[in-house]
Formats: sequence, C-alpha cells, structure tokens
Amino acid sequence: MHTLSIGEMSAQLKSRSLKSVDLTQHYLNRIAKFDTEINAFITVTPELAMEMAKKADKMLDEGRGGLLTGIPIAHKDIFCVDGVKTTCGSKMLGNFIAPYDATVVEKLKESAMPILGKTNMDEFAMGSSSESSYYGATKNPWDLNAVPGGSSGGAAAVIAAGLAPLATGTDTGGSIRQPASFCGVTGIKPTYGTVSRYGMIAYASSFDQGGPITRSAEDSAWLLDAMAGFDDRDSTSSELDKQDFLADLNKPIKGLKIGVPKEYFGEGLDTGVAEVINKAIAQLGKQGAEIVEVSLPNKDLAVPAYYVLAPAEASSNLSRFDAVRYGYRCDNPQDLEDLYTRSRSEGFGAEVKRRIMVGAYALSAGYYDAYYLKAQKIRRIVRDDFTKAFAQCDVIVGPVAPTPAFNLGEKSSDPISMYLADLYTIPVNLAGIPAMSVPAGEVNNLPVGLHLIGNYHSEAKLLNVAHQYQQATNWHKKMPEDYK
Amino acid sequence: MSSKMRLGKAEVKLITNLSALIIDDEEAEQMSVKLSNILDLFAQMEEVNTDGIEPMSHPLEQVQRLRDDIVTETSRRDKYQKIAPATAENLYLVPQVID
Repeated sequence: MHTLSIGEMSAQLKSRSLKSVDLTQHYLNRIAKFDTEINAFITVTPELAMEMAKKADKMLDEGRGGLLTGIPIAHKDIFCVDGVKTTCGSKMLGNFIAPYDATVVEKLKESAMPILGKTNMDEFAMGSSSESSYYGATKNPWDLNAVPGGSSGGAAAVIAAGLAPLATGTDTGGSIRQPASFCGVTGIKPTYGTVSRYGMIAYASSFDQGGPITRSAEDSAWLLDAMAGFDDRDSTSSELDKQDFLADLNKPIKGLKIGVPKEYFGEGLDTGVAEVINKAIAQLGKQGAEIVEVSLPNKDLAVPAYYVLAPAEASSNLSRFDAVRYGYRCDNPQDLEDLYTRSRSEGFGAEVKRRIMVGAYALSAGYYDAYYLKAQKIRRIVRDDFTKAFAQCDVIVGPVAPTPAFNLGEKSSDPISMYLADLYTIPVNLAGIPAMSVPAGEVNNLPVGLHLIGNYHSEAKLLNVAHQYQQATNWHKKMPEDYK
Repeated sequence: MSSKMRLGKAEVKLITNLSALIIDDEEAEQMSVKLSNILDLFAQMEEVNTDGIEPMSHPLEQVQRLRDDIVTETSRRDKYQKIAPATAENLYLVPQVID
C-alpha cells in the first residue's frame, strides 16, 4: 500500500476499493513498527488520524471530496495544528498545544487528509541535520548512522521509510531540498509567498516558505496544489493567481534550455556527487533538452549574507518567546528580568541562542550598516545573477548539497562547516525563487538529489522537468531495504 | 569591521544582554570563539563593492497590502489563556514589577 503513487491511492479511494481508515491504519502500524529507530516523529496522533479518516470515508461514500481526500499526511512540527502539541523541535514549546490551525493545515483539513502526526526537525528550523532537535536526532532510513539532513529531516525520513505518503516541510535556506536529497525523496520549495506562512512558526520571515516533501514530482504537484494560494492572513502572500501546478507535467522537455552554472561544480563538490549530477544532466539532454552553460559568479557571497540576514530576522522573531503568554517558563522567577532571561536560556538550545546573538549583534548600533545593510545589498547582487542566468535558460540544474548525507555528530560541533554545506541552496532563498530536489543517483549507497532551480513562479515548469526525468528514471521509486 | 574580528568576553556578555539571554563564563568563552568564527565568515562581504546598490529586504518587492479598518478578529481569550503559564482574572501573571 505504501508504494502506491498518490494518483493510484486517490483512484482507489474514489472507487472505494480502498478505505481511508485502512490506509491510515497501515501507516500508523508502520510508524509504530519503525519510528522507534528513526525518530522521525515528535508526536504521533493516531486518534486524530482515525477520526479524520472516518470523516474522509464518509465524504467519499457520499461521492464528495477532492483528489487528496482520505490520503494521510505528516506535518512538520513547525505548523500549528489546533489542539495538537506543536514544538518546533524546541524545549521552549514543549508544552505548547496550538490554539489554532496554520492556513496550510486548515486547507489540507478541508480536503479531509488524516493527520498522522508532527515530524521532527532542527530546533526552530535552524540547522541542516535535524540533530539540534530537543527531541533527539532523526536518523536517515538509508543508513541509521547518517543524518537525514535538515531542518525538515523528519519529513524527508518519513517519506523515505514509507511512514506517510505525503509530508509538509519548510525551506528557509535549503530545509526542504537538502533533506530530500539526503533521503532520496522529492521536495519543492515554491516561490516566496506561494504558500501561506500563517501559523507556520517564524524563523526568518523574508525567506521562510512551506512546501511538499513526497516520493515523486507528480505527488508534489498534487500536494502543492492543495497547499498554495493567496492568504489574507499572511501579509507577504503572493497576490498573483494560483498556477495550475499539474498542467505541464506531461509536456515533453524537447527544446527546453537547461542552464548549468559552472560555479556549482567547483572546489568542495564530492566527485561522486558531481558524477551523479552530470549523468542526470546528460539524461535531460537525451530527452531533448538543450544544455547551456550559465554563470552565478557571486554564489559564494550568499552564505555570509544569509547568516547575517536570517539570524537578524530570527533575533526579532524569537523575541516573542517571553514565557508570559505561552511556552516554557523557568521555576521560581525572582523578577520580570529573571523570568525572561532564565526562561529563554533554559528553553532555547545552543544553535538557536547562537543565531539570536549573531542577529542581535548584526542589528546593534554601530554594526547595522556594516553587516545588515551590506548583506541586504549582497542579497540583490545574488538575485541579479539569477535574473541574468534566466535570460539564457529556462531552468538551472546542479547539485543540492556538496556531499551525500554525513554522519551523525560529524558536523554538530562546528557550526561553520554546517553553514557552508548549504552553499548551493541558500542563493535560491536569497532570491526567493522556486527550486526542487529530485532523486538522481547514489554515492556509497546514499541517495543524491538533483537541484532544479526556476525563475519566479515557474513551479509548473520545474515540476514538468522533474516529472519527465522521473518518467525516464527510477531513482525516486527506490526504498531503503529495511523499510520495504 | 576588520577581517579578523575577535569578540571578547565583555562583548559577548553585552550581546547576551541584548538577546535577553544569560550565559555563564565557560559558555561565554566558547561563544566568543564560535561567534568570532562566524564574523570571519561575514568578512568576505567586505571586499564587495556595493556602492549604489539598493538593499533588498523582500524577494517579491511587493508593497505592503493594506486592509479596511474594520474589526476582523474575534476574541479568543479563553482559548489562548488556557495555554499560558499563569493567569488570573483574565490577566497574564508575571512576577511583581512595582513594590
């Protein structure tokens, strides 16, 4: 059952040869069996899932419901689900029962998609390995000694191990694409503003963007279609009409211009990963795409600019955690100052504290121009590089990450090496353009993802290229041996 | 801003204060090394000429949407206060501020 595509599941649910309660129970059984070793979920919600599955079956029995009705989903623990614990991977929100639904959750509830639970993540989405979660690291289903990537590591691991057919994730600096690459699954970060941020716990508001993590591009297109759309409650929501993400899936890619940025194949890229990516590019060429060289000359500036801007926004966003209205409160606060500082110091983990402090420093008097303003100017330079590149091609391709999944503990004591591993994903977030990771091969039995980057609002085109690639290859169908 | 920025313990304490956090001396020591390394990473930006470049704060460069000045939120005080650490008579409780 867990190897069916979303289209197949949907057809069987509609014809009533498959019941949502059976499908949902199947995934709950798999979670009970496998998640003790993977730790992909922070919270499993079997009662909520079954209650929603019954509702979905009733709708389907009556001939109502949409394409996704009855198909279970796992939400990243950054999305508020009314009445369900929503921790964002932090001790700070260990007792936080969300009092409302995020817009994304609300939309998927309207489709009656049973919620299996909340997936593990780096604390407040700040990390690339899911090791900074207060609830323990998630393990990579392909190798339990390796990280699943982050911050949406739980979501990617859940899809890789077949513990849910669909998952939501968020991507601020690569947090959908890098775990998708490490876990051999498909993920798309849409154009900034495509998916509502309402009820999605904020890390860096001018970068944060929700999106699907699934097995195939077609599955992603279905889920993105249900997640996206203008939302009055998010002041940065895109006011453009929603695209039809499924419209172009079957379009041949003959004649499509695919840009290969030479700077994405320089020093630091694992030779095995380079080989996988070059083979994937050759495959796209075989399918009729025209390969052209493009240049993103300032890509190395993206990491420093991001690590000024994102922490600056985080230091402001995370000031809301004051232990007054909700969240963790220290024992016996002596006065108001003690209440604030001790609750925050006990409630936040090391990486979160580090980013709050970097941000506070970058925004402080005397440093604002040198760091924050400078980084915002560099953000524009990085964006302009993409604009120039897209004048020569339709889609840019390259690696998602310089290596396959690294080992647990390998980088956790050295923040800089962790930051630098995001060098291919971060430029995309600075520009706010859409990008995907698509399974394209293996190095040492670990999956490697192909990065597809598009111009603003070109999700349908990215999904088209990814789907056509997946029609000709089988990497997205592979599952780790132990979880088949 | 020099390319080898070293933050002393006193500066780390000041930033800690700005962040409404507290750290002990040992943590401050470690934090000073790690934050200094992060500032070294930032130093790469110094070499770039950004004269005349407009800072980019929002990827879509949309203007802020305004809505009509009417009440849209309903009171959900009871639900919101249920998850608060301490409340009394519909108010959030904090340690006494004024003697």
